[in-house]
Amino acid sequence: MSAPEFKNGLVKWIDYRLPIFTFMHHEMHEYPTPRNLNYWWNYGSLAGIVLVVMIATGIFLAMQYTPHVDHAFNSVERIMRDVNYGWLLRYIHMNGASMFFIVVYIHIFRGLYYGSYKAPREILWLLGIVILLLMMATAFMGYVLPWGQMSFWGATVITNLFSAIPLVGESIVTWLWGGFSVDNPTLNRFFSLHYLLPFAIVGVVVLHLWALHTHGSNNPLGIDRKGPQDSIPFHPYYTVKDLFGLGLFLIFFAVFVFFVPNFFGEPDNYIPANPLSTPAHIVPEWYFLPYYAILRAITFDIWFVPAKLIGVILMFASILMLALVPWLDRSPVRSARFRPLYKQFFWVLLADCIILGWVGGNPPEGMFVIIGQLATAYYFAHFLIILPLLSKLERPRPLPDSIGEPVLKGGGAGASSAAKAQAMEKA
Amino acid sequence: MSDSAPMAADGGEDGGATRRDFLYIATGVMGAAGVAAVAWPFVDSMNPSAEVLALAEIEVDLSPIEEGQSITVTWRGKPVFIRRRTADEIDTAQAVDLGLLPDPQADADRVQKPEWLVMVGICTHLGCVPLGQKSSDPKGEFGGWFCPCHGSHYDTSGRIRKGPAPKNLEVPAYTFIDDQTVRIG
Amino acid sequence: MRRQLIAAAAAAILVLGGTATARAAGGGGEIKAHDWSFSGVFGTFDRGALQRGYQVYKEVCSSCHSMNLLYYRNLTEIGFDADSVKDIAAEYEVADGPDGEGEMFMRPAKPSDRFVAPFANEQAARASNNGALPPDLSLIVEARFDGPDYIYSVLTGYEDEAPEGVELGEGMNYNHAFPGNQIAMAPPLFEDAVEYADGTAATVEQMAEDVTTFLTWAAEPMLETRKRMGVKVILFLIVFSALLYAVKRKVWSDLH
Repeated sequence: MSAPEFKNGLVKWIDYRLPIFTFMHHEMHEYPTPRNLNYWWNYGSLAGIVLVVMIATGIFLAMQYTPHVDHAFNSVERIMRDVNYGWLLRYIHMNGASMFFIVVYIHIFRGLYYGSYKAPREILWLLGIVILLLMMATAFMGYVLPWGQMSFWGATVITNLFSAIPLVGESIVTWLWGGFSVDNPTLNRFFSLHYLLPFAIVGVVVLHLWALHTHGSNNPLGIDRKGPQDSIPFHPYYTVKDLFGLGLFLIFFAVFVFFVPNFFGEPDNYIPANPLSTPAHIVPEWYFLPYYAILRAITFDIWFVPAKLIGVILMFASILMLALVPWLDRSPVRSARFRPLYKQFFWVLLADCIILGWVGGNPPEGMFVIIGQLATAYYFAHFLIILPLLSKLERPRPLPDSIGEPVLKGGGAGASSAAKAQAMEKA
Repeated sequence: MSDSAPMAADGGEDGGATRRDFLYIATGVMGAAGVAAVAWPFVDSMNPSAEVLALAEIEVDLSPIEEGQSITVTWRGKPVFIRRRTADEIDTAQAVDLGLLPDPQADADRVQKPEWLVMVGICTHLGCVPLGQKSSDPKGEFGGWFCPCHGSHYDTSGRIRKGPAPKNLEVPAYTFIDDQTVRIG
Repeated sequence: MRRQLIAAAAAAILVLGGTATARAAGGGGEIKAHDWSFSGVFGTFDRGALQRGYQVYKEVCSSCHSMNLLYYRNLTEIGFDADSVKDIAAEYEVADGPDGEGEMFMRPAKPSDRFVAPFANEQAARASNNGALPPDLSLIVEARFDGPDYIYSVLTGYEDEAPEGVELGEGMNYNHAFPGNQIAMAPPLFEDAVEYADGTAATVEQMAEDVTTFLTWAAEPMLETRKRMGVKVILFLIVFSALLYAVKRKVWSDLH
């Protein structure tokens, strides 16, 4: 790995003082990437791009938005009606949030399927969870800013959760609100933090990429690279593949922005916030629905612990528990391709998460209550019981000798159809 | 090693572009066009919005203004002086020797109808609003307007005569819609 | 793998749809699907409908319902020229001031003013409407699920008498589409309530369709621009993605 010889004098002058070009050359041309990555590996770069899009649209929206309870709603409508291309910036930002979560959830499930969280990538995984938590905080506060009915009441319900904390709960809530209910001080500080947190996300993403580049990417077979025949340079192979994936993703994104911009939203948020009138059904944005279901699943006290507090604890635990996955799942085999039992449970987990989302979007009545409780129980059982058991009891399939081996035999795990859904199951 | 980055706009090996290079060039050009098309809405969003542009022009009814009376209206956030000049004021303005003016400009070049003087009421020195709109205001030594901040004197045509201001009071674009109404901007 | 993926994607979309049906529960909610000129990828606003709809709003609805987010100058987008807009605005009065004496005064509205509201504030609106608050209509189409169909269904969904077994609250009217079936607003439309400037027959269905079209425009004036741009953007992206795919295959060809 020698430093490249740059021909351009200016480039050499800069690089001698700040080796940014050497750095880029190393990370793009020399950095070894497994040759067999499939399209499920596109979602990381997509997430990074969506983050940039959100920051760019957010900054330009912030130039026009007024974070005061008397003006917020109307300033957003002014953006939609009077600001040149304001409607476009707003719809991109609004739908971009949903896109961000779609991309990141797929990215996370890819990690679960292929064992990307296993040694030596535990910290990479943990940093990812930190990014997810920051995204959730950012999205929650961002949704409050238009100051519609759902903005206000969603903020009220979720900030009220902290009152479940014993002893200091009420004080914490008052401190969060800056008053005795969600009001102008709350809106103002949410705006400030909503502008700030994305840059914290950028910082953690840098750490995430640093951790990634330390040992390189995992791959669909889950086995380590053994030599140069197993890898290819990131550029041009994966830059080009990522760009193609980006093109397809942008089509998907554009369909929402231009033709169904309010698909992910709630009509109630087009009504200005009214502290004296609660909507019939308070629903968070779709990407929070599974956690909402878990929160509401606990309808009974356990011993001296009130139901509300248990619900809050479980809701946060559902995400924090992900941090323990590298230690809950001890199987030495990474990829679900070679773990037939784990694979089945993976699909059940995915179904369970979708069911939780469905429960979260419906009123907590009738059959939804029991289904939500069962789905919540199963969710925790998957991680706390099933994963450790599988590590002990499962007999994995034999792994191939190397990454290069199946490819050279002609059974590619490489490229293929233009569809985002990827294919090819090869033993 | 191979200079095959899709964004590279150069390509062409000896004698002209190969098919491969044509593909890369076409893709690169399309990508560049896409980036430019995406950048424009961001830039344009910073331009004046529709409700700002709606106030870019104002119409003023001149009928209540008597001879020798001035009004001040707000246009694009700035004060605009509209004065219905008396015959004396018009004569004095037209009789001034242009050689005496720090910023020479004939009165005829500053008004469309001699009776109506329309100017931006901001001193060209450092931006204060000159006095002289009210009959009780000081009007300076030349019978027009006087800026109290640093002592600039403007005459009955709004031209600088004495003091630190470098230029005459600005005349905005305006049109008479009819004898009694003027549109500024 | 592909089968499971399609199942997962389908389930995810059902989740999003399923949460919607829950809202319609609780009586009322008989929404009639209606064809709209502005639906679909190539939808546009029928200009005639917009102008007729504005006439309905102006002559019927505006006595109780404000439209605070519209400016008179917006009316140039539905086909009125600048002078007509000035005349329309001048029919209304807005408060301005303070004047030289510190007094507020009324003056005719200008195109740069917002639509004048019928009531000074919420309390005045409620006092004139038996305690009910007629909502502002600027965003009503987006603030209701299936907005255009819902508005149309409410306007055409009145019954003179409540059906067997349903007791109407005092001052309430029976409506098929309104949640709970009881609405405080009396039927606002009746045959020939408005005499259309273009001579179209003013049936209840016609007026409902026109005013709903107008309200949809009012909620989203940029709808046509948005869809036109969308077609261009997606066509561009399809071509661009095809090129990128070709580039990808080219670059990867030396590996296969």
